Amino acid sequence: MSDLTTRDEGATPDHGHSAPEGVNPDDLARPLYEGPGALPAADIPHRPRRSDFDPKAARRAERQVSSLFLLSGLMVVLFIVAYIAISPQAEVYVPLFGVIGAQNFALGLTFGLAIFCIGAGAIQWAKKLMPDVEVVQERHPLASTPHEDVEAEEQYERGKEESGFAQYRTIRRTLITAMVLFPLPLIVLLRDLWSPRGGSLTASPSEFLSTTAWVEGMPIVTDGTYQKLRPEEIPVGGLVSALPEDINEIQEAEHNLNARGKAAIILVRMEPDEIRSQQGEGWDYQGILAYSKICTHVGCPIALYEHRTHHLLCPCHQSTFDLADAGNVIFGPAARRMPQLPIGVNEEGFLVAKAPFAEPVGPSFWERG
Amino acid sequence: MKALAARRRHPAFLALLLLVALLGVGVAYAGLSSTAPAEAVATADQTAIDEGKRLYLEGCSSCHGLNAEGGTAGPTLIGVGAAAVHFQVSTGRMPMGAPGAQAPAKPPDYNEAEVAAMAAYIASLAPGPAIPTAEDLDYSDADVAQGGVLFRINCAQCHQAAGGGGALTQGKHAPSLMKATPQEIYEAMLTGPQNMPVFADGTLPVEDKQAIIAYIVDLQGADSPGGLSLGRLGPVTEGLFLWAGVMLAFVGLAVWIGIKAR
Repeated sequence: MSDLTTRDEGATPDHGHSAPEGVNPDDLARPLYEGPGALPAADIPHRPRRSDFDPKAARRAERQVSSLFLLSGLMVVLFIVAYIAISPQAEVYVPLFGVIGAQNFALGLTFGLAIFCIGAGAIQWAKKLMPDVEVVQERHPLASTPHEDVEAEEQYERGKEESGFAQYRTIRRTLITAMVLFPLPLIVLLRDLWSPRGGSLTASPSEFLSTTAWVEGMPIVTDGTYQKLRPEEIPVGGLVSALPEDINEIQEAEHNLNARGKAAIILVRMEPDEIRSQQGEGWDYQGILAYSKICTHVGCPIALYEHRTHHLLCPCHQSTFDLADAGNVIFGPAARRMPQLPIGVNEEGFLVAKAPFAEPVGPSFWERG
Repeated sequence: MKALAARRRHPAFLALLLLVALLGVGVAYAGLSSTAPAEAVATADQTAIDEGKRLYLEGCSSCHGLNAEGGTAGPTLIGVGAAAVHFQVSTGRMPMGAPGAQAPAKPPDYNEAEVAAMAAYIASLAPGPAIPTAEDLDYSDADVAQGGVLFRINCAQCHQAAGGGGALTQGKHAPSLMKATPQEIYEAMLTGPQNMPVFADGTLPVEDKQAIIAYIVDLQGADSPGGLSLGRLGPVTEGLFLWAGVMLAFVGLAVWIGIKAR
């Protein structure tokens, strides 16, 4: 029995199939489904295409399809010619795109057209020349027949019998043990997902995520130029991206950028009376505040600081932090405030960290709670 | 004056008085022997300040106050310096056309001489960042690569890696740098216009500023490798282009495939 039931009883006999045995042709004239959302498409009378009855139109369609395929072949030849003939340095002016590389443009254009012409030819062929009949696909229930159910059950029982799975208890138990143990290496390897300090595996990942390179007395240096900073160098309204002084040595020793990624901070200065609250008493230095540069949502580095509103905006998901108010979240998906670094000056007058970060920087993680 | 009077009997007072008198005579002599140019400059300065004050009272004082002390509509201009005046007025940001989240750049309302006069007036109120000299703006020896590093650390977060500008909070935005002149860039870093933070010489020395300017000038002359720059805004416009443009083309193609042939 065919899955496809044709609906074009009036069309040419070689298109489609006749009604299956035992089915009343009158039933097929009605839509199979008449409930809500029923499509009237099945009732639309079949309208033959011009190419179905006009041999001239059929030949024209044939020519269209074959010339599209030929055009595709020509484009492939042109592609190869362009690859050989056009210098990679040559440039060409294309309206709308401006001056661009001539070879790249020709290669892309010819190859794109080559594949497009194959597709367009195939669609034109299907639309104009291939059999054009309205079909309804019948949907059968997905459940197996009772006979198939019984057969499957019998096969299962026979397999159990023949393998002796039920009979050899030791084999069964050792096999289950082996299968349970097998995924363990994959789980153990997950331990490699963090890089432990000094190659030791004793530090837990949560400890690694909770600590940064900032320690008490660590001088603050500018990012990019690595100059130590004096408080008088930062004006009110100023912004400085900064790092701990020893960041380059740590980076070299660890062969990665993790320490830099966690320790990045920004320094901003506002009038001391503009600071409404801080994460700790006296954690600023004369209005200079140090905050982590890593967004607590998913860890984008952020320094979009508006010095009049004191808002810090993350460009990734628009989390906004108020640096005049202890770095609290005032908008966006971030769930935690921006961690603040307590700062002061050392005896030489340079800005230093007074203590490490009091809370983990960056996005939340499982053990953080 | 009271403090001065109290210290009149100090033993060092006589020596100090003598020193001041001698200096005064020397300066007066030097001034007299080359009177013409010095006085001319002083008069020109004073003329500019007066002219600047007149323009200020006319065009700025309604928001910034009769003595530039600021008010609810505008911040104080005492101590902002000539550089801030030049940046804000010569880019047309000030005077602001209408209240809003941010003053947009527009064709300037004042010519260079008028801007200079207003800058002179504001600079005469209190010391502040001066308009950068030609020497400050000479970026010909600057390290473009280092400028790129500094740009990505200090500027790219708001102005985008390619200088196309970007959105900030509540209707504010960081403008595109594609048409900014070296002087405007320098003055913006020095004064922190509107919500831009200040990048003072202490944390970003003159040679670093020149390197950043050299990098931005390099960006301004850079080609767009893909042909279309799409505003250099990054994934936002690229995504919009794909959805609005290419998806529309795909919908058209799908419609053509689905149309019944005649």
